Amino acid sequence: MADRRGNSTEAYGLMAPALGVMAIGLIAPLALMLVTSFQSQSGSGFAAGWTLAQYGAVLGRESYRILFLRSLLISGAVTLVTVALAYPAAYYVAFHARRKFVWLVALTIPFWTSYLLRVFAWKIILGFNGLINSGLIRLHLIHQPLSFLLYNPFAVVVTLAHAWAAFAILPIYVSLEKIDRALLEAASDLGDGPLRRFLRITLPLSMPGIVGAAILIFVPTTGDYVTPALVGGTQGSMIANLIEVQFVGAGNWPLGAALSVAGMVLVGLIAGLFVTAARAAAKAAR
Amino acid sequence: MKSRTLFLYALAYLAFLYGPVLVLPVFSFNNSEFIAFPLSGFTIRWYQGLWADEAMSHALGNSLKVGLATALLSTALGLATARAVTRHRLKGASAALGFISLPLFIPDIVLALSLMLLLGLLSLPLSLAAVVLGHLLICIPFAVTVLIARFEGFDRNLEEASADLGEDPWMTFWRVTFPLMLPGIIASLLLTFITSFDEFLLAFFLSGTEATLPVYIWGQLRFPERLPMVLALGALILAASIALVILAEYVRNLGVRKSMVGA
Repeated sequence: MADRRGNSTEAYGLMAPALGVMAIGLIAPLALMLVTSFQSQSGSGFAAGWTLAQYGAVLGRESYRILFLRSLLISGAVTLVTVALAYPAAYYVAFHARRKFVWLVALTIPFWTSYLLRVFAWKIILGFNGLINSGLIRLHLIHQPLSFLLYNPFAVVVTLAHAWAAFAILPIYVSLEKIDRALLEAASDLGDGPLRRFLRITLPLSMPGIVGAAILIFVPTTGDYVTPALVGGTQGSMIANLIEVQFVGAGNWPLGAALSVAGMVLVGLIAGLFVTAARAAAKAAR
Repeated sequence: MKSRTLFLYALAYLAFLYGPVLVLPVFSFNNSEFIAFPLSGFTIRWYQGLWADEAMSHALGNSLKVGLATALLSTALGLATARAVTRHRLKGASAALGFISLPLFIPDIVLALSLMLLLGLLSLPLSLAAVVLGHLLICIPFAVTVLIARFEGFDRNLEEASADLGEDPWMTFWRVTFPLMLPGIIASLLLTFITSFDEFLLAFFLSGTEATLPVYIWGQLRFPERLPMVLALGALILAASIALVILAEYVRNLGVRKSMVGA
């Protein structure tokens, strides 16, 4: 195939509109968010001058620290549970399924239905008068509804593990599918049992998929608003709910902005550390 | 592990994925205001109630407008970007692609509120146009991914042949590139449309008084007596989304020998 050396002006011109939308819709607003976080609220406007007071509040208040920590723990648990549940299914499709395409479409279809309604469905299932409780009472297994199902971190984890499943299935499947089958045969020929072969060949080679899935799930779920709002209750509320309260309820935009910036920086740092650690581990294993 | 055990696990996992989703259609036909077991008979009255709801049809109209505008714009911009990346060796192309996929790594609430701040600064009102801008942020990365896969999947010699036979670049694009890209373009249109149509949080903060369908649904969730109707609406959206996704996946694979799924 002839390598076409088109002129790069044309290429940059082709990319310009998309980059322009990102600049207007993403960079300008985020820059404004950053600027706002260094201001302070005064009535319905901002006070003159710059201040670090908002960041002082973000770092200083214990209730905020608890909320940040809880958000990270919930997202961490969601990431772990989602990847662990999806891995065997992706493994089956990659190595054993005959009609891979049908399986993949079947596994990803629920992901295409309204996020709001999927989350709400869990509220119906877990609720005090919900499907699990009414079903168990109907079967005479319990007499009083179980109240510990809804409005807690557990409900948030289950709901998010369901809602984000596709983001684990696809990357893991792709990395498993790429594995050279000859390596597996070689391991067997050299005397590895199935478990040893899985731990020495399959699992390490599918690591890029696992790490990719973990990042794709951990980063956005830390900032999820709908799920904690619908099924989390006060025990399961997360950073996004606090940010919304500051912007809409309390009308303290600078504090909301500082919470947003702090949250993004924190999640970015953790994700960065995770990727670095995973790469180091992969190198050490070789 | 044994293939059979894995197969059973995969089936159980499918049940976990579909169970909660199936709550919507099952209880949308249930003849009771309470969403609980036991089921109490079949009815279509919740669906009939939907037709009479004018706020619902207005919100549906808004969602269709926003979805259509988002799908057309993000696919057009994605097409140009995908072509630039696959046809030219560009310095900084991967950095540009990373930049374009940045919105996927930023919480929707931050995207929404920061756009709200910008609109406030420029004294622009909250509107459906603002929602479209927000939706472009999350749909363009998607369109670019789908379209790059398609550009990489077809034979460039066809374009060269067209040029050698004397077509100018514009005619080559319309007579060779565009028809070959069409499945990718249609898939991108369908997938970005669904993404926009189902998106809640950006629409919630940016739509102002013009609710989209998810925003309307959010408002209804507070009223227990309205829930069966919301479930009926959800079941209809579910059916339409599934039909569109299957169509998109089918179209995307037209003319591609090896089946490709996913990003």
